[in-house]
Amino acid sequence: MREADLIVPRPFFRPAGACRFPVAYPRLAPWAAFLRRFAAVVSDFSSVFRRQISRDTDWYIKRSSFAAMILLASTAHGQVTFNRLVNSSKEPQNWLTYSGDYAGHRFSSLDQINASNAHALVAKWVYQTAATGKFETTPLVVDGVLYATGQDNRAFALDARTGRPIWLYQRQLPSDIRPCCGRVNRGLAILGDKVFLATLDAHIIALDTKTGNVIWDAVAVDYQQGYTFTLAPLVVKNLVIVGVSGGEYGVRGFIDAYEADTGKRVWRFYTVPGPGEAGHGTWEGDSWKVGGAPAWITGVYDPVSNQLFWPTGNPAPSNRGEGRAGDNLYSNALLALDADSGKLNWYFQFTKHDEHDWDATQVPVMIDIGDKHLIAQANRNGFFYVLDRATGKLLSANPYGKITWSDSKDAEGRPVPNSQSAPTAEGRQVCPGALGTTNWMSPSFSSSTGMFYVSAREECDIFSTAPQPYEMGHAYYGSAYFPADGSEPYWGALRAIDPASGQVKWEFRHLSPSWSGALSTAGGLVFTGDAEGNFIALDAASGKALWHFQMGGAVYASPMAFAVDGKEYVAIAAGSSLYAFGLP
Amino acid sequence: MLVRVVSLVLLLGLTTVLVGEDQNPLGGDPKAAKLGEFQFRINCAFCHGLGARGGGRGPDLTRAHKRYTHSDAEMFRVISDGIAGTAMPANGTNGQGVGMTEAEIWQLISYIRSVEVKTSAQPAGNAVHGKELFYGDANCSSCHMVEGKGGRLGPELTAVGGSRTVESIVDSVRNSSRRLAWGLTEATKEFPQEYETVTVVTADGREIKGVALNEDDFSVQIMDMSEGIHLFEKNKLRSFSKSRVSLMPSYDATLLSDQDLQDIVAYLLSVGAK
Repeated sequence: MREADLIVPRPFFRPAGACRFPVAYPRLAPWAAFLRRFAAVVSDFSSVFRRQISRDTDWYIKRSSFAAMILLASTAHGQVTFNRLVNSSKEPQNWLTYSGDYAGHRFSSLDQINASNAHALVAKWVYQTAATGKFETTPLVVDGVLYATGQDNRAFALDARTGRPIWLYQRQLPSDIRPCCGRVNRGLAILGDKVFLATLDAHIIALDTKTGNVIWDAVAVDYQQGYTFTLAPLVVKNLVIVGVSGGEYGVRGFIDAYEADTGKRVWRFYTVPGPGEAGHGTWEGDSWKVGGAPAWITGVYDPVSNQLFWPTGNPAPSNRGEGRAGDNLYSNALLALDADSGKLNWYFQFTKHDEHDWDATQVPVMIDIGDKHLIAQANRNGFFYVLDRATGKLLSANPYGKITWSDSKDAEGRPVPNSQSAPTAEGRQVCPGALGTTNWMSPSFSSSTGMFYVSAREECDIFSTAPQPYEMGHAYYGSAYFPADGSEPYWGALRAIDPASGQVKWEFRHLSPSWSGALSTAGGLVFTGDAEGNFIALDAASGKALWHFQMGGAVYASPMAFAVDGKEYVAIAAGSSLYAFGLP
Repeated sequence: MLVRVVSLVLLLGLTTVLVGEDQNPLGGDPKAAKLGEFQFRINCAFCHGLGARGGGRGPDLTRAHKRYTHSDAEMFRVISDGIAGTAMPANGTNGQGVGMTEAEIWQLISYIRSVEVKTSAQPAGNAVHGKELFYGDANCSSCHMVEGKGGRLGPELTAVGGSRTVESIVDSVRNSSRRLAWGLTEATKEFPQEYETVTVVTADGREIKGVALNEDDFSVQIMDMSEGIHLFEKNKLRSFSKSRVSLMPSYDATLLSDQDLQDIVAYLLSVGAK
């Protein structure tokens, strides 16, 4: 074992509800005892607390447990099951998966905070990780407890009402891990008594929801080859699904499924086909061995067809196509995989033979319009694609930002590169830039407005290319890119796209490009953040700013919402802190 | 020099572990320099330009004399930890490129050493005369400060000679608007002073013109022409507009001869080299 688990003592923990049910209720003690026994079966945090705190406080814990039962009596309570994940819309107070539901909507049907009162929002609590680097997490909230990850593969559980910690897990990472873009992580998945963390040294681990203790630790792959994990896993049935990072290191990408109980790997889908497999011929020579095509953002799941829709990233080296002639399947594609077997049902490749680092690792969004079952993606290459979810057939592709790389479409309707788009040795200006019209930050689809909201970046880069030999575990770009200084300063916008027409309906302009995702709510709001540290509530219908709060650090995360004790909160990470906002 | 390195290493106990070496263990290895070039393109060229000749953002690293780094050990530390208070980020934190291993940093140093111009480039101009012009007839100091003397409206220029190419300094004088608002990428723009020209009309009808000191989606800080600082919420202004035409006049050859400009550049280089 490489790592040691660190569980912090909790001297500052005060049991929730202690001041809520004081001595005036002793006659309820027998009921409380009964309820506590019942609670122990389903989800009894009090047993954890009891082990750790003195007899004096134990009395309060009994009250606390009782309070928790009252609180949760009207909600789905107990451990998270696959059934609860499928029906997450029935418990809007909880946020059970990375995108809030299996469809990738990042939408909350809570409406206590709404367009008429958003101006009054205040910060309710702030949790500081005291760590440096980008803080990219989306928390989960289950029945009043918030689970999230921080920089350097820490994970923590908080009282979602107060932000006070319940436990902290800190992975001891080896010094030679190879994350391309910071020691980041985007969150956890949950099932039963476990939360799942995919680590920067390419392990999948299961932590006890009550203590943060490691229950199992599975090695996915040798990190020294350049593999990392940064995404939040997705739980489907009894499987923990992850996609690997490492497109900058010439890895061979894959998507894995692990048994939630044991950590045993059930299937692996290589995103670069090997010899004899369909698609292998889209790679020149041995280039497939270091072909990249990572899968580093959490996909979505359709329970009806039992399919995963999982996007993939760039072929390697990212900015040099010489030596890997062909389409380079399945890089920059959306894959429809059977969830039980990992078998490929269909794929759609957004950018063939990519030379601009335009990973398709944006959360795809399942949208139903009438009897049309669609899947939409605002792609890093600047086009908003709508596909038929059953077949992967392209239905439309419309730009939602400035693009210069394409001015025509092929017979399928797919935008094709023009003659001025390929990188050259001396460099060539192309829009969007290497970071794309959007990136990994989540979009949101509101079932209230029917709009798709995405954080768009307006920046162009000069792309250059240079030969580079592959060396295992070393960065493998074959290129460099530079800001295009002659153009306008970079800027950004939160854009509302009508998925039916692909047209941008409104935008809220940011001073500079943002790395914040979006959350839409049934309260008629869209929440997003900016690079200058503002958290912003927009009118979902018009894009008008209704409220903002300066958090003091840039946002590299997507917001989410939850409710505890009947009070709605909206949370987002910024700087090195996690913020929760609510009404006064 | 050795004493300096030793004391540096002793002072920074943590760094001692990181650095481990006073001199590049790969020094002089041409293969290391070639590998370092890949690292440079990925991690450094975004600001320091292809070939390390400097961009509008980062210094020309082909100069043998560098402001912050002399020894290999200092260069290792600067690449690892960044330079506090500047846009130079710590290894792996700039949002561009990757985190480099120790060996890769040494390769990078090998590359930078391989492209250094060994002969110290003596500026052609007369620094003494350049200083007279800066504080006198050329009127630079009415807006620019060097070593604590001068105005505040434009960028402080003490370090500019050590951190920008001669070409970019000359260009900034001859075409003052061209390099305006070359925004740094978000990871390095803690304090995004970009000198865009801003004009606001307040709710009570006052027009104020100046440069933007800082700005976000909702607020703006302005220094007006007489160095007064104004802090505004944008939605409380009657109007707000920005221009990329600099408040600084473009000095063409009739306003400032090539020789005089060369002298001013020589002055800035002499200050920047300190």
